[in-house]
Amino acid sequence: MSPALSARGLAKRYGSVEALGGVDLEVAEGELVGLLGPNGAGKSTLVKIVCGLVRPSAGSAEICGLRAGSREARRSLGYLAELFRFPGWASGDEVLELHQRLAGSEGGAAERAELLDLVGLADARDRRVEEMSKGMQQRLGIAQALVGSPPLLLLDEPTSALDPVGRRTVRELLEELRGRGIAVLLNSHLLSEIELVCDRVAILLHGKLVEEGSPAELARPRGVEIETDEGTRLFEGAGRDDTPQLVAELVASGRRVYGVRVLTSTLEDTYLEAVGGETS
Amino acid sequence: MTAVLTIAGYGLREALRRKVFGVVLILTVGFLTLFWLGVHFLYGNLGNVGPPVGVDARTFVGATVFGLAMFGTLFLGTVLAVFLTLGVVRGDAERGLLQPLVVRPIGRSTLLFARWLGAVAVCAPYVGIVYAAAMLITGLTGHWWPDHVVTPGVELAAAVALIAAMSLLGSVFLSATANGIAIFMVFGAGLVAGLLGTIGHGLNSHGLERAAKVAAYLIPFEGLYQDALREIVSSTTGLTGFLLELGPFGGGYTGGPWVRVWAAAYFALLAALAAWGFSRRDL
Repeated sequence: MSPALSARGLAKRYGSVEALGGVDLEVAEGELVGLLGPNGAGKSTLVKIVCGLVRPSAGSAEICGLRAGSREARRSLGYLAELFRFPGWASGDEVLELHQRLAGSEGGAAERAELLDLVGLADARDRRVEEMSKGMQQRLGIAQALVGSPPLLLLDEPTSALDPVGRRTVRELLEELRGRGIAVLLNSHLLSEIELVCDRVAILLHGKLVEEGSPAELARPRGVEIETDEGTRLFEGAGRDDTPQLVAELVASGRRVYGVRVLTSTLEDTYLEAVGGETS
Repeated sequence: MTAVLTIAGYGLREALRRKVFGVVLILTVGFLTLFWLGVHFLYGNLGNVGPPVGVDARTFVGATVFGLAMFGTLFLGTVLAVFLTLGVVRGDAERGLLQPLVVRPIGRSTLLFARWLGAVAVCAPYVGIVYAAAMLITGLTGHWWPDHVVTPGVELAAAVALIAAMSLLGSVFLSATANGIAIFMVFGAGLVAGLLGTIGHGLNSHGLERAAKVAAYLIPFEGLYQDALREIVSSTTGLTGFLLELGPFGGGYTGGPWVRVWAAAYFALLAALAAWGFSRRDL
């Protein structure tokens, strides 16, 4: 079975600027992968190459075994751009209908109603895009990407204009999509969001992949904190496996143990370590 | 084919929803009313026109004033075509409107062709209607009718379709504002070249005529317009025909019989260049 997305040595140069410097990345069927990196790291370029908006300078990418950018490959993906706009004169329902026709979806009115309901826009189906808030337009964008039930979704900053409730809706939506076996490549700056929903995280810096793994794999041990009758002690360098022995030694030395906390770095710590505090 | 019709329909719907038709209708009624007033007063004072002996004043006035209306029709059609197409690629890409469409399983050249078709579906009937209205106003008011009725109208519509294709090609490489300015400058240059050709014909200046002919082939919408002007008086002979050939709106200069064939080939070249440029553009 071909992976939903497979990129090999993907590179892109804009004149003298190297936006991507040979990236290998794979997204398995039904997997939710988060793409992280500072502004200008090459995240959007990678996504754009995969969906055929940008031509790579070197390397190749495949979607479900089909050459990325080809018409057949584009049939298998849904895309939400970071900066997108729908015609203001069209209603939400009309936008989805247009994309249904272009995607060759035969879902009809039932699919449109289901998608609008899924993103919480069921009541705004006839509202013109120009009368929608930015958050509503972003949710409409997600619904548009889901037209035709593609096996791969490429979402570039899908929650940037959403309020906390909207973000939660999208998070729940992503979890549901994973349940349906849809693979998602999620490009976002919201680390907590990525940590909560993604199976795997890839961190890009200066167009190169610098970290990759599950949030648990990327988390590094930062010690064990034990609360005793003498106060709280931090055992730096210790991990989860060291805990029973540490507790036993403390008890043997006459200390009373009230609590134990195994400390690991958050995704944010890992990210900041990987990018060295870079913002752009 | 479904994708072509879907996108062309999308362009039409946009023109309808954006009230383009309403604005165009009001302004066109204004233009035709002014034209009718002009024709009415001109023919009302036909006795004062005083052309030289041997010149048919009715034909002279009719052909000149209808030629003016044809220029107005070409200009209005051009404005419509340019504003419907000037930002189709770079303009829409900069606004984020294009990307959601391009990632759909349709070819980029299909998208371009469909946008051109959508623009032509608005502009060509518009040109045809204004041309026919101006002809009816001239004919019913002044009792003068062009020597050829259909061909000049078709040539005007084809000229506007060609301008729409030029504007689409420009939109691949230029921002919307730069493209709009460029197309209107080319349009102006074409008109100047046509007028120079007419003057060259009147003064028997072969150099000027040749220069205008080259210009007509470089930008064949002008050649089509000039040919349309020629067609409306192509059977008018004698001193009247000669004076009308001196122009500026009676139609004397002709780019030659190949201008129509060249216009079709030119369109194919524009389409190929636009498709090639769009296929290589990163969005």
